[in-house]
Amino acid sequence: MTALLGPRELPALEENRSLVVPPSAERTLGNGLTVIVVERRSVPLVEVRLRIPFGRSTLDPSFVARAALMGQTLFSGTASMSTVEIAAALQSVGGALHAGVDVDRLLISGNGLATGLERILSILSDVLRAAAYPEDEVTTERSRLLDRIRIAQSQPSHLVRVALLRRMYGDHPYGVQNPSAADVEPLRTADMAALHGARVHPAGAVLVIAGDVNAWTALDIANATLGAWDGLGGAEVTPPTPPLRPGPIVLADRAGSVQSSVRLALPAVGRTHPQHAALQLANLVFGGYFSSRWVENIREDKGYTYSPHSVLDHSVAGSSVVLAADVATDVTAAALLETYYELGRIATVPIKPEELEQARQYALGSLLLGMSTQAGLAGLTTTYAAYGLRLDYLVEHTARLASATREDVAAAAATYLAPARAVTVVLGDADRVAASLSALSTVELLAPPATGTLETPPEDAVPPPPAGPDAGPAGD
Amino acid sequence: MSDHDRAPGATVALERFALPNGLRVVLAPDRSVPVVGVAVVYDVGIRSEPEGRTGFAHLFEHLMFQGSANLEKLAHFRHVQGSGGTFNGSTHLDYTDYYEMLPSNALERALFLEADRMRGPRLTEETLRNQVDVVKEEIRVNVLNRPYGGFPWLKLPPVLFEAFPNAHDGYGSFDDLEAATVADAAEFFERYYAAGNAVLSVAGDLDVVRAAELVERHFSDVPARPAPARPDFAEPDVTAERRQSYVDKLAPLPAFAAAWRVPDPLTDFAGYLPYVVLAEVLTDGDASRLVRRLVLTDRIATSVGGYVSFMGEAFDVRDPTALLLQAHLPSGGSVDRVLAVAAEELDRVATDGLEPGELDRTVARMSTHLLREADTVLGRALYYAVHEQQRSDPALSHELPHRLAEVTAEQVRAAAAALTTARRATVEVVPGGAR
Repeated sequence: MTALLGPRELPALEENRSLVVPPSAERTLGNGLTVIVVERRSVPLVEVRLRIPFGRSTLDPSFVARAALMGQTLFSGTASMSTVEIAAALQSVGGALHAGVDVDRLLISGNGLATGLERILSILSDVLRAAAYPEDEVTTERSRLLDRIRIAQSQPSHLVRVALLRRMYGDHPYGVQNPSAADVEPLRTADMAALHGARVHPAGAVLVIAGDVNAWTALDIANATLGAWDGLGGAEVTPPTPPLRPGPIVLADRAGSVQSSVRLALPAVGRTHPQHAALQLANLVFGGYFSSRWVENIREDKGYTYSPHSVLDHSVAGSSVVLAADVATDVTAAALLETYYELGRIATVPIKPEELEQARQYALGSLLLGMSTQAGLAGLTTTYAAYGLRLDYLVEHTARLASATREDVAAAAATYLAPARAVTVVLGDADRVAASLSALSTVELLAPPATGTLETPPEDAVPPPPAGPDAGPAGD
Repeated sequence: MSDHDRAPGATVALERFALPNGLRVVLAPDRSVPVVGVAVVYDVGIRSEPEGRTGFAHLFEHLMFQGSANLEKLAHFRHVQGSGGTFNGSTHLDYTDYYEMLPSNALERALFLEADRMRGPRLTEETLRNQVDVVKEEIRVNVLNRPYGGFPWLKLPPVLFEAFPNAHDGYGSFDDLEAATVADAAEFFERYYAAGNAVLSVAGDLDVVRAAELVERHFSDVPARPAPARPDFAEPDVTAERRQSYVDKLAPLPAFAAAWRVPDPLTDFAGYLPYVVLAEVLTDGDASRLVRRLVLTDRIATSVGGYVSFMGEAFDVRDPTALLLQAHLPSGGSVDRVLAVAAEELDRVATDGLEPGELDRTVARMSTHLLREADTVLGRALYYAVHEQQRSDPALSHELPHRLAEVTAEQVRAAAAALTTARRATVEVVPGGAR
């Protein structure tokens, strides 16, 4: 449409902006709680995260159920306040707090007006020290959790995750991360109180405060409100995850499904491993962002899927690369073939310099974007603290990303992204996809699960905001 | 100075100008972080797509990412992400947005990319067919292959509204999507993607003088085309209760959503705001009216939500729109009963008004939500662009906490009184599966 004007040149980038770590302060309180405060005085708000270790030494589905319901009932009243009073008191300073449990931690998160920090932490302290788990509220929340489990069972994203976790981890504690209805049904107040008494303690926990606060003042407020939280907990350490065991394609049947949910898992290294930056870059080039080989192939060239993505996923006891794509039923095997092809290509053929530079810029830019908000800073600080790291680690990580060579990235790809090391799980209409999948590999049909499980313990009772056509290409 | 005055940019005058081709521009400097948000908003959305072409506004949005005069297919994605940035676009009822968030050293590049596609996307049969396939997978993953897909944003409008622009499925039917042609796309672009129908906004780490120069450099030769006249989408209010149901074969449990029309968000903003507050009084958190009654006390619903406008964008929508309530019920739960109890609670607000402190705490939480969105340069850029486009008031977001604080308990009471059964439209999800 502007052919007469001739080609225009893409403007060059100005010099890269450097990563600036915002001011912060840290103190370990007498009760063992580590408090980290990060200042970002942009909007007059404060973000709060409290991470309490919730590891487990054995696979225990009943523990998963108790933890899920405890997270959902933690704010259901204390010795002195009801559910409604807690919510109203938080709301009056523009605040709210929610709790959620996963395989590694209990995370309480929230935010509010910065002037309300003391109120928010006082209520948090009351809940941590005197959560009452009233029988009525436990009954209500148990029913709600059971309903959510039923809904989750009809969601393909949930069903395929359950199958993938079992396939990846077997009898390791990570093998079951979702509560079953049978394990939730018998739970009562005494179970919640017992779990709280055993595990909700300050030793090993980290409180992160980020926002429009003076770091030293906020530390004092934290000390005054949470310094008296006490009691000894029995910390449990999760054993390291077992290596992935490659094998047949696991096919979980979902009769009538109009798409197949394809998932693959590959080995990976942790955040502080010398190859971490190189693997992060290799994963980006493969499928970790929109401008990757896998997305350009199966979405933009072939139209098999809407939002394929490949994520380098870290948990306390192990790391993995997880690929996810929901593809039209008719092209299930074709999409998996292209996936194996792209994994094989990156594991065996050198990547182009421009592919590496593009991924490198993306990784560096993502750190700048992630640190540009209060919520982003709170999240990053909490996540890294779980691995004993602080935000200044990101400066070192930036240097590693900047210096990783093609050889480094190729070596990481060859080691970790080789299709021979992948485990593959497909959820779909077995009658329509089993035959073509068996052209690629042996297929093992998975028996349907006996009981319902829930993907993620719901952290919030409010339904999610309505999803519009999030029309564009899914970013990253 | 109150807290609210310290919203980012609140004390900085926004730079606002128009280019000779009609493009309106808003610049909002904030040098506290080395990132920028860039948004281009076109004044066309789902309501403007023609009959027989449902889903076309969204499909066309996908095509805007498929290359332009100086950009091959895939180049846009690579240039944004290869600059360390993220991108997306989304199609709304009244507008379509395209945006990037990037390190600020890539500002000029982002402006180049947006200007290039504003001059015209590459529209080919190949990319059209490819993106029809992609959109079909998007609809499968978000609507057809999951329980409660499209509930309530696609399921309730046809009950509340009668006119095609307001009532139809914005994701589109597969038949309509497959029938779309390159000629349709070219015509849609020519008509709606005019410079005069667009707003460009940049927020974050920028120098106003330099940024204005860059905007002129890249956008001033975008051909001038005037904005098309915007049709009137008005239709009469509901005067007798409307109720429909459908079977969702994947859904294990019942659910419903109900809607009432609200005052015009543009011409009667002061009359509209009490409804936005009321939705939160009713449903924000465990201390809200309906969560207390339906979920915690009577236990006849497992979750309750409430908001204004079908896509939950109370400040980015034009008339006609609605206040929505939605609830998921336990197995065997009665929608009639929940509707009756909800009506009782509305009546209680209408008759007795609000409790002491109830309005203040609700508005305080709403302020937190608004400020939190404003903490991202992209959130600000999008608000500035849409508010410039719909209201010629890009700084509205700075004033919203104040405007909400001005809403009185009496106005909220009156809003509750207006949510009568006769004006209500309800859609019910009948569970058909996963028993």
